[in-house]
Amino acid sequence: MSSQAGYTPRDWGSHPPYLSPEYKSTPLRAPGKPLVVLPQSLSERTGPVYGQNAVGPLDHDLTKIAATTGEPNGERIIVAGQVTDEAGRGVPHILLEVWQPNAAGRYQHADDQHDAPLDPNFLGAGRCVTDAEGRYRFITIKPGAYPWGNHYNAWRPNHIHFSLFGPSILTRLVTQMYFPGDPLLELDPIFNGVPEASRQLLVSKLSIELSEPEWALGYEFNIVLRGRAATPLED
Amino acid sequence: MARDDKLRQTPSQTVGPYFAYGLTPEQYGYDYKQLVGNNLSAGDIAGERIAIRGQVFDGNGDTVRDAVLELWQADSQGRYAHPEDERGSNTGFAGFGRVGTGTLAEHFYEFQTIKPGAIGDGQAPHITVVVFMRGLLNHVYTRIYFSDEAAANDGDPVLAQIDPARRNTLIAQRQDGPDDADGADGAIYRFDIHMQGDQETVFFDA
Repeated sequence: MSSQAGYTPRDWGSHPPYLSPEYKSTPLRAPGKPLVVLPQSLSERTGPVYGQNAVGPLDHDLTKIAATTGEPNGERIIVAGQVTDEAGRGVPHILLEVWQPNAAGRYQHADDQHDAPLDPNFLGAGRCVTDAEGRYRFITIKPGAYPWGNHYNAWRPNHIHFSLFGPSILTRLVTQMYFPGDPLLELDPIFNGVPEASRQLLVSKLSIELSEPEWALGYEFNIVLRGRAATPLED
Repeated sequence: MARDDKLRQTPSQTVGPYFAYGLTPEQYGYDYKQLVGNNLSAGDIAGERIAIRGQVFDGNGDTVRDAVLELWQADSQGRYAHPEDERGSNTGFAGFGRVGTGTLAEHFYEFQTIKPGAIGDGQAPHITVVVFMRGLLNHVYTRIYFSDEAAANDGDPVLAQIDPARRNTLIAQRQDGPDDADGADGAIYRFDIHMQGDQETVFFDA
């Protein structure tokens, strides 16, 4: 049972610290005591399994799944990439869930009181399962920037929330994808909570190869999850 | 491959306050099918049906209304529905649940599930809990143990590592409620999560 290698630790040099005081929700919610190291038993090396049949045929197309009267407003984009482990090996057949505001920067959520229009043709949620090489692809609308209450005149940069599982509960990841060249990034305390050397890992790249002529620009966003701590000898 | 050649892990970011329609749409009333919810024991699942409920508290002792919790657990015979558990689960039990704290009074969460069996490696029966919320830049892991498994808990190697003064933060307290309350056969376990303070829950780095 314990012959399987465990997973590499969370790289705390790449993840943001829990306490990031510029992001004002962290001081009351960051754990106050050090985390306790937990050996990786079977409970940690296993995790929920989702197959291709978990998602509907339109779940990857956020411009379609909630459309009622027509196309949603905004700039149609393609967001695609590969999920790999730290050795660059694709992570196949794992669930990705995404959510985002609409083109006007408004979330379809009761708590979002931003004075910007909702879009009757856009919910902003989607999901897909990676293919055999770990690749995924969504079609959506470029999300708008929106104000938030963190500090005076605070605005979130354009972003899409991502939730991923990976092969075990230890490879779970929730993150946010940003867009290249967004001048709000340098002002955003959530983005800047990430150690500087890793921030650009959260910024997608405009990809002309992923773009479709006369239809939509493509953005590439690759995601790296924790991998196996040791590789088998034959590798 | 040299260590320096490894790719860096994609940094975690907070789940934020607006996860409901992406992660828990049906719970929050959105017209979008959710893949996973708070009922792990629906259908013909072997085992003792239980409910687990509680609240999440911030450093001021205020309830957190925008947390999302996930459970990962073995079936009633201690087997995980995952390829790495060579025994496999033959009960049809997927073992995964998810709930937000924004739809019940006083920001309670509640799961319906079955009590997990011991997995057979010396650990007491337990459930892995993953916690996300606005203001939490990396998810935290904790565990639920059961107050009516005192002997097994005494022999558990993980609990044995923990400062005895903090062990009880991981032990859900059994409250025998009225039959069928909240969809369970009877037993309700109370499990609160404290992000900070004297009662701070033990969080793990695995």
